[in-house]
Amino acid sequence: MAVQALSAAATANSPLTQANAQPLAGGTTLIDLMKLDVMRPAAIVDINPLDQRWSAIDPGGENLRLGALAKMSDVAAHDEIQRHYPVIANSLKLAASAQLRNMATLGGNVMQRTRCSYFRDVSYRNCNKRSPGSGCAAMDGVNRMHAVLGTSDQCIATYPGDFAQALIALDATVEVTGRSGIRRLPFAELHKAPGSTPEIETTLQSGELISAFVIPGRWPRSVYLKARDRQSYEFALSSAAVALDVQDGTIRDARIALGGVATVPWRARETEALLKGQKFDDGLAQRAADAAFADAKGRQHNSFKIALGKRVVARALQQAVTMEI
Amino acid sequence: MSDHSSSRPSGFDRRAFMAGAAGSALVPLAARAAAQDARAPLAQDPALPVDVTLRVNGRDMRLSLDARTTVLDALRERLKLTGSKKGCDHGQCGACTVLIGDRRVVSCLTLALSAEGQEITTVEGLATNDQLHPMQQAFVDNDAFQCGYCTPGQIMSAIACVKEGHAGTDADIREYMSGNICRCAAYPNIVAAVKQAAPEIMKG
Repeated sequence: MAVQALSAAATANSPLTQANAQPLAGGTTLIDLMKLDVMRPAAIVDINPLDQRWSAIDPGGENLRLGALAKMSDVAAHDEIQRHYPVIANSLKLAASAQLRNMATLGGNVMQRTRCSYFRDVSYRNCNKRSPGSGCAAMDGVNRMHAVLGTSDQCIATYPGDFAQALIALDATVEVTGRSGIRRLPFAELHKAPGSTPEIETTLQSGELISAFVIPGRWPRSVYLKARDRQSYEFALSSAAVALDVQDGTIRDARIALGGVATVPWRARETEALLKGQKFDDGLAQRAADAAFADAKGRQHNSFKIALGKRVVARALQQAVTMEI
Repeated sequence: MSDHSSSRPSGFDRRAFMAGAAGSALVPLAARAAAQDARAPLAQDPALPVDVTLRVNGRDMRLSLDARTTVLDALRERLKLTGSKKGCDHGQCGACTVLIGDRRVVSCLTLALSAEGQEITTVEGLATNDQLHPMQQAFVDNDAFQCGYCTPGQIMSAIACVKEGHAGTDADIREYMSGNICRCAAYPNIVAAVKQAAPEIMKG
């Protein structure tokens, strides 16, 4: 394993294309999982020396552009992001700790690995994500933290992040830099549900790096609500990213995404459809919340997430409708 | 205590060691990675030392390190600066918090090589002569610890918390100090200490 500096954008000879190489950004996932023996890269490529544009925060006019190497803490503290995109600022501020937010980058944040305890503990042999075909110890194990949406019979590991819910709700685009230049894809196409290949978590190809996220429009009426086992510094049991466009009491547009309950960043489109064109009241919030979990499948220890998740959605909607902007 | 300076730097943490010992024979991580994928071009054996200069508390320290060495292990095992503590070694407890530049980070998840060229400040770098830093003094004054193991990390984190402007209210202090766990639960006293030191630190 070599630690190298990549001083230019990924090129034809990118050291990232060598077998089992891993980029190092903030290191808060990679170094942790290396110590646990879960990730065993042959090489580490330090991408922090990349050009400053990779860490730029550009609220611009029509679109917000966030460089993938921007630190979580810097984006969360940015005045214009707090004002125009509270769902983004709060999803970052409510994640991890002050130290980790100073280290972790936006690109690394969306690429963080699940906190499934069977994935993280190599003394358990059965983990389809870590060791394809070995089974899933979580199915009948201690699965209180596990997903109720987007699961398969191979994997029920929860996608642990917060920021990704804001991105998927706001129809963000991911800019990816690879050997043949830049390509763009909807953020909703970055992560892959486990299906029969839980070891494949994203659609990124070898040698590709996320270089930026682009968010269209502005969403001042937006919230990120996060329910967890302790008040701070904890992963979500259930969370909701909600962005609304309300005019004269009518919901013109609604964007809803769920965290802590699904295997991937989860857009609740049925809920959005129920809300559009409607006047808001508590009954509507309840029906919308029910729709978000219509297909949820609980297991022995995590069925409470369905009831909790509905309440989180309903409360987030109420907060978004009543917030002063 | 063994002489770490003459032996191989600690590239393996306690958990990895225990996992290896409990399962199969203990094999270096790099050897396992190589065995797993024979095509992996091991440009460099990680056990071969890499020269690095770390600037710690205002002094340049030249070291020859295993590329995987964290800042925490470099500080504790090589530079004998044992003020920064190893609690969880996984970025969950905050006991290893140091400042890199003006930012608080967990040194257990920061590779030493990636910290080269930056100013690292540890708890040993706070006092001037016999004068404690205002935050150190505030922790003493407010009895903001019992066993003291988390205290160096708490103090480093608290200084950054104040300078970030996150010490305005008790609620802010609790939220922005949540990355530092105190198993003795001295939290009320830690909040009091941060409040006491904040004006003096902001004064400069």
